[in-house]
Amino acid sequence: MCLGIPGKVVWIDGQRAGVDFGDVVCEAGTHLVEELKIGDFVLVHSGYILEKMDLAEAEQTLALFKQLSESSGEQ
Amino acid sequence: MNLREDFRNQRDCRALAERICFESRTPVSIMEVCGGHTMALQRHGIPSLLPETVSLISGPGCPVCVSDIRFIDHAVALAREPGVVIATYGDLIRVPGSTSSLEKEKANGASVKVVWSALEALTFASANPGLKVVFLGIGFETTSPGTAIAVIEAAKASADNFFVLSSHKVMPPAMTALIDEGVRIDAYLCPGHVSVITGSSIYEPIAGKYHKPCVVSGFEPSDILQSIWMIIKQVESGDARVEIQYSRAVRPEGNLRAQKVIEEVFVSSDDYWRGLGNLPKSGLKLAEKYSRFDAAEMIPVKIEETRESAGCICGDVLKGIKKPNQCKLFRTACTPNHPVGACMVSSEGTCSAYFQYGDNGK
Repeated sequence: MCLGIPGKVVWIDGQRAGVDFGDVVCEAGTHLVEELKIGDFVLVHSGYILEKMDLAEAEQTLALFKQLSESSGEQ
Repeated sequence: MNLREDFRNQRDCRALAERICFESRTPVSIMEVCGGHTMALQRHGIPSLLPETVSLISGPGCPVCVSDIRFIDHAVALAREPGVVIATYGDLIRVPGSTSSLEKEKANGASVKVVWSALEALTFASANPGLKVVFLGIGFETTSPGTAIAVIEAAKASADNFFVLSSHKVMPPAMTALIDEGVRIDAYLCPGHVSVITGSSIYEPIAGKYHKPCVVSGFEPSDILQSIWMIIKQVESGDARVEIQYSRAVRPEGNLRAQKVIEEVFVSSDDYWRGLGNLPKSGLKLAEKYSRFDAAEMIPVKIEETRESAGCICGDVLKGIKKPNQCKLFRTACTPNHPVGACMVSSEGTCSAYFQYGDNGK
């Protein structure tokens, strides 16, 4: 029950939104987030969107990993 | 960008594990307090990538597992009432109470409905005005806002057949209780999704007063390895700070809108935790204003006397004192098909994770 899953908003209808997880689209409540737009990446947990995901932060984390694995390969 | 696969890159994981092995000198015992982390650690075989100096222990982070036997007995008693439908997250129905479980009650004819959210329970109640629908509110700050929204919506719609039996809990009191009890914890791998709601500041007293590094972690293997690396760096430099690894989802202040709905609907209360007993201010019960939706007040029932299962060491497993394979029931009398204790029931339970993925040699 605790699984939080990232997905992409594909439709919004009042306080409900469709979130695409890649293989399936699920409906989730939008009550907990502000200014939601189609195309936003979000985190869904027990039927609600808990938060919008920050893609710039995700990219920064991945860039650090890349730097690390590249320098690890050089050793 | 793929927010799951990109964080499962084998090369990145190997490089992070190398950093941990290279930099870790001091023996460190890290507790994870989220069932999602327990599962991810075992599923991805992370303990086997770590040096001897780093040990991982699982804490009381699975909401199904920490639900006290008294709560299950209360839910069973409600399920036996005529006209009552129990609406619950799926895992809970198999958790054994003193003499029964919701699954057994269902087999005996009780109405037990599995729902995916609190709102689904409310929708079901609106469509069935002749029934009393009791939603079992379990979980930490990840699920309590959802329950709160359903209660607010029920109040708006003047629903008179929707109720909540709340066993919602907050995480920090359990984290400090374990340290106070003397469990050896040098650092916390803090729950990512709880922190999405609460923000990271709730861990400040643990880092400050108890001098334990706290890192809020994501759930993919490279997230968890980076978080362990961040902890090692703090340990080796003698620091104890709160850091956020899971920065794509967690902000220091958390989700203010969600915090507001929790405050609107719930008040803090003492609550029982399996294994930990009664912890002050660790639970959430419905505020006076919403007491007409409180199943505990509105549907009085007689709850049977508490009887714990003999031989089950779930309590010690939840405290991180013992590992599942130290239990004589593990893999013999207690399996996912026939669970004796709650930790084997939930898919995020420690015993279930060890059963499914082995203990990875740690």
